[in-house]
Amino acid sequence: MLKIKNYVMPTTMEEAYELNKKASSRILGGCGWIKMSKNPIGTAIDLSALGLDQIEEKEDCFVIGAMVSLRQLECHEGLNQMTQGAIRECVRHIVGVQFRNCATVGGSIFGRFGFSDVLTCFLALDTEVELYPSGRISLSEFVCQPKNREILTHIIIKKEPCEIVYLSQRNSATDFPVLACAVAWRNGRMMASVGARPMRAKVVVDETQLIQDYANEKECEQFAEMAAETLCFQSNMRASAEYRNYITKVLIKRACRIMAQRRNEQ
Amino acid sequence: MKLNVWLNGKKMQDEIEPGMMLLDYVRQKGCYSVKCGCETSNCGLCTVWLDEKPVLSCTVPAARVEGRRITTLEGLQEEAAEFGGFLADEGGEQCGFCSPGFIMNVLAMVRELDDPTEEEILEYLSGNLCRCSGYMSQLRAIKAFLAYKKGEHAV
Amino acid sequence: MTYVNQPVRKKDAMALVTGQPVFMDDIAPKECLIVKLLRSPHAHAWIRSIKTDIAMKVPGIECILTYKDVPQKRFTLAGQTYPEPSPYDRLILDPHLRFVGDPVAIVAGQTEEAVDRAMKVIKVEYDILEPILDLRNAKDNEILIHPEENWIANCPVGADNQRNLCASGDQIEGDIEAVLADCDVVVEETYHTKANQQAMMETFRTYTYLDTYQRLNVISSTQITFHVRRILSNALGIPKSQIRVVKPRIGGGFGAKQTAVSEVYPAIVTMKTKKPAKIIFSRYESQIASSPRHEMEITVRIGANKEGKIRAIDLYTLSNTGAYGEHGPTTVGLSGHKSIPLYGKTEAFRFHYDVVYTNTMSAGAYRGYGATQGIFALESAVNELADKLNMDPVYLREINMVQQGQRMPAYYNELLQSSALDRCMARVKKMMNWDEKFPCRDMGNGKVRGVGVAMAMQGSGISNVDVGSVTIKVNDDGFYAMTIGAADMGTGCDTTLAQIAADCLNCDLDNIIVYGSDTDVSPYDSGSYASSTAYITGGAVVKACDSLKKRILKEGSRLLQLPEEELDFDGSYIVSLHNPDKKITLKDLANESLHTTNNALQVTESNYSQTSPPPFMVGMAEVEVDTETGAIEIIDYAAAVDCGTPLNPNLARVQTEGGLAQGIGMALYEDIIYNEKGQNLTNSFMQYKIPCRQDVGKIRVELESSYEPTGPFGAKSIGEVVINTPSPAIAHAVYNAVKVRVRELPITPEKLLKEMGKFA
Repeated sequence: MLKIKNYVMPTTMEEAYELNKKASSRILGGCGWIKMSKNPIGTAIDLSALGLDQIEEKEDCFVIGAMVSLRQLECHEGLNQMTQGAIRECVRHIVGVQFRNCATVGGSIFGRFGFSDVLTCFLALDTEVELYPSGRISLSEFVCQPKNREILTHIIIKKEPCEIVYLSQRNSATDFPVLACAVAWRNGRMMASVGARPMRAKVVVDETQLIQDYANEKECEQFAEMAAETLCFQSNMRASAEYRNYITKVLIKRACRIMAQRRNEQ
Repeated sequence: MKLNVWLNGKKMQDEIEPGMMLLDYVRQKGCYSVKCGCETSNCGLCTVWLDEKPVLSCTVPAARVEGRRITTLEGLQEEAAEFGGFLADEGGEQCGFCSPGFIMNVLAMVRELDDPTEEEILEYLSGNLCRCSGYMSQLRAIKAFLAYKKGEHAV
Repeated sequence: MTYVNQPVRKKDAMALVTGQPVFMDDIAPKECLIVKLLRSPHAHAWIRSIKTDIAMKVPGIECILTYKDVPQKRFTLAGQTYPEPSPYDRLILDPHLRFVGDPVAIVAGQTEEAVDRAMKVIKVEYDILEPILDLRNAKDNEILIHPEENWIANCPVGADNQRNLCASGDQIEGDIEAVLADCDVVVEETYHTKANQQAMMETFRTYTYLDTYQRLNVISSTQITFHVRRILSNALGIPKSQIRVVKPRIGGGFGAKQTAVSEVYPAIVTMKTKKPAKIIFSRYESQIASSPRHEMEITVRIGANKEGKIRAIDLYTLSNTGAYGEHGPTTVGLSGHKSIPLYGKTEAFRFHYDVVYTNTMSAGAYRGYGATQGIFALESAVNELADKLNMDPVYLREINMVQQGQRMPAYYNELLQSSALDRCMARVKKMMNWDEKFPCRDMGNGKVRGVGVAMAMQGSGISNVDVGSVTIKVNDDGFYAMTIGAADMGTGCDTTLAQIAADCLNCDLDNIIVYGSDTDVSPYDSGSYASSTAYITGGAVVKACDSLKKRILKEGSRLLQLPEEELDFDGSYIVSLHNPDKKITLKDLANESLHTTNNALQVTESNYSQTSPPPFMVGMAEVEVDTETGAIEIIDYAAAVDCGTPLNPNLARVQTEGGLAQGIGMALYEDIIYNEKGQNLTNSFMQYKIPCRQDVGKIRVELESSYEPTGPFGAKSIGEVVINTPSPAIAHAVYNAVKVRVRELPITPEKLLKEMGKFA
């Protein structure tokens, strides 16, 4: 049973921030995880009244409110067009429609969960987070920061030419991923974001440009090898570190192949 | 704390514990069709509609739905019986414990998706677990229901 | 037959699909005390001290019980016929804790909040002992799981608590060693099936109260009302006459609720406090402290001649009953008795076994009940044998399978009076297009499709043990009320039994109302398990209807003033065979019988069986293996079942589809996993994944009927046999796709890739 002393739906960010300063306060996301925690909550802060449940398309970016549901991401045409369906692909395995109507993007990103498909995918895009009050930082910077009392209000995905493929390996259709992998070709450079290792997603960038052309399987293999070598993996009950390491290479190569196929089809 | 909601079309005002989940609230209000099958948001038994969208009532704090509209199977008896008849004709309800949550989501799907493919049906309903049926009879029932609805609209 | 073999709707269907409040927690009174259990965090420990005084001061707490407060006579929670084969090895609360989750204290209070608070402040000190977690280390280990002197085995099952043995046995026919030595080809392999959760959607739950007569009333989600009455009487030390057990609608059971997992706790609270009490197991509790499938390690030796004639089968089963012996001595038997007879009469066979205690949760009854494990082993071995013989595994089965009319030495020497196993094989072979698809097809892109096959059998009730009884009466206006002791747990037996009755009495199905199960009202029935209800209780319905017709004719004789022999009852009229004008309607007869008669229009009949006719099944799986990731996708599962006459083809089909889906989960990912401390890691639906609708592929089922002469309208059972083919058929399909034999379930992508040498 979730224990909450005060439930507050603030109407300004400032109010929310002030309430959240207390160590016993919690910002509520979709509540899928928080309800399982045994720790009582002093003040539960519900951001529902702050208009953060919209995806706004601007000229150079998409601004996604923290309270946007995973289902909204899944169904958003503009986002999915830009990402060639990668965003839809990264959420569609998560439990079910009803769960995705509850779970929020803010909760997914703020939690920095190891198993997070969403974090894995967003890290492969040019993504920033908007924090209240300190402002914007890149997502990759944010995930490395220790958690503090700031409030994640928006996620901003820059519009830039990008080819991206999202793949995950699961033991059953709606299970957590055994491995999550988003591979993106940005500015003539390949990068792979690999999550569920089972630790949180990390990005490997092809700095030395092993891949000149992603249709070249040899080059892709070299990059995949390099990525798997760079990343560390662990074992849990879903799979061993060795299997994850191996699958990382398979999925990266597969993603490159899909990219090449897409180019051919165009 | 105070809670004002529309439950199955009726305005409710109640005093609730701040940590109460919507599942417990609707059951307390006599909506016993809403079942609890797990504590980890995995089974779909507790599916209700929040402003017409299917959500897991075990995962939504009651306080969050202030001022909003909640629908349970108690508020959709005619539609439940209509689709339920197709399920019953397959013997697909079996123990029936997951049926209300499943039917809530089927009815949500019918509203949201136009002429869904089999793949879309499976994906939309993947969050509704059933341990009795093996899912095939549910799929047959849905297809028969959709065909019937199509015919109804054509007339 | 108007109703039998017809796909009629279940009588309770519309109530269920419209979400009516018919389950235990929907009908429990609001004032019930909330009962929860404080559970052991250790796999093996003694309670050194337990302090509840602070917890008792929490406002709203009514009662906290520890091992000091409960009767000291041991009992079993297994729902089995007297004298129970499972050892009496339990106390309601025991200072000796034997698995993570074993109850330490029972806490009851007015609100869940109060109970949660109280549980936090109960102070327990434990003496931690080393646990035995691996079934291979249990027998004759110096650590004893049940050292207690009042441990009792009621039946001679080869049990010895000083050796951690819950049961053991050895059955040999023929000179097994000599025949095996003489075989051209012998396969010897060990197969390992894991513990699985039934994972029915409604968790274990019970509420209890004292009625007007101060008797303990128990409303429980159970398959075994009468056994629960006995178990509670044993556990609480009160006479059975003081206990009534009723089951409402049940949200699934699959055998889990053939063990009294939840009943004793609110019952003792109600006895102590005189107040109504209820316990609702969380999913977490249902995952960690319930009654899952027995883990078994099975070694098979199977020998054949060059032509493929199977000559000898030797099967050794090591079964893990966990911390307590519920269903331990009996499940193991089925691993041999319901696998070896698939191959009829071999020249020799041996079946031997040990059932051991470990510090894991107590196993119990799960659909298939040991047969599932044995059939995975034997059918996998037969597939390996086919490979060694370089023979089509379907052909190998065709020339060896048991035939109608044969005696089955490994099946209590029963005569097989009905079997469509051969037709099932032919049918599924065609459905799957086996000849074209066997063994595999390369789909390109690193994907390979393989097909696999397995056969299965089960029983129909427990021969010479199970009893089903039915009471039928004629009411005013001539409607019938049928009372049963069997438990409809979603399977639809309330409906199928009424279908039988409607055909026997030649009346409308709606003219029969069904009530069950209530130990105060229902005639005795051993319960709904062991695939018994259709066959055993169905037989009782036929008998009861026959007797009732005689009563109706007797009453007709009185009213029409004609001898009984001259009367016929056609369902609507009692009519003279000689003069059709001399007749009376059933309605009039029923109403007349409300006064001036000595003839009660009510009968009860019981039914047991000396045989347990096996239903049969053939399943074929087509899987697609991604050779780069090891991922396994079920493309198609084709199956044909011989359940004799299907009483209700819809319900038989859905039973089959459901059993196959559970079997697919067992084959591919369901696995109860403990860490080195004995903590269960698969303690939720998040960590123990059961198949969702995207996981099961296409399941296609055909009913291939035989006619069982001893069954009601030719019926045999269906409920359990349906879970037995997926594991061996899928393992075989995977082998045919990528040439990797997985002998330990589940068949995970990682195991495949590792065996394929893709990584070290």
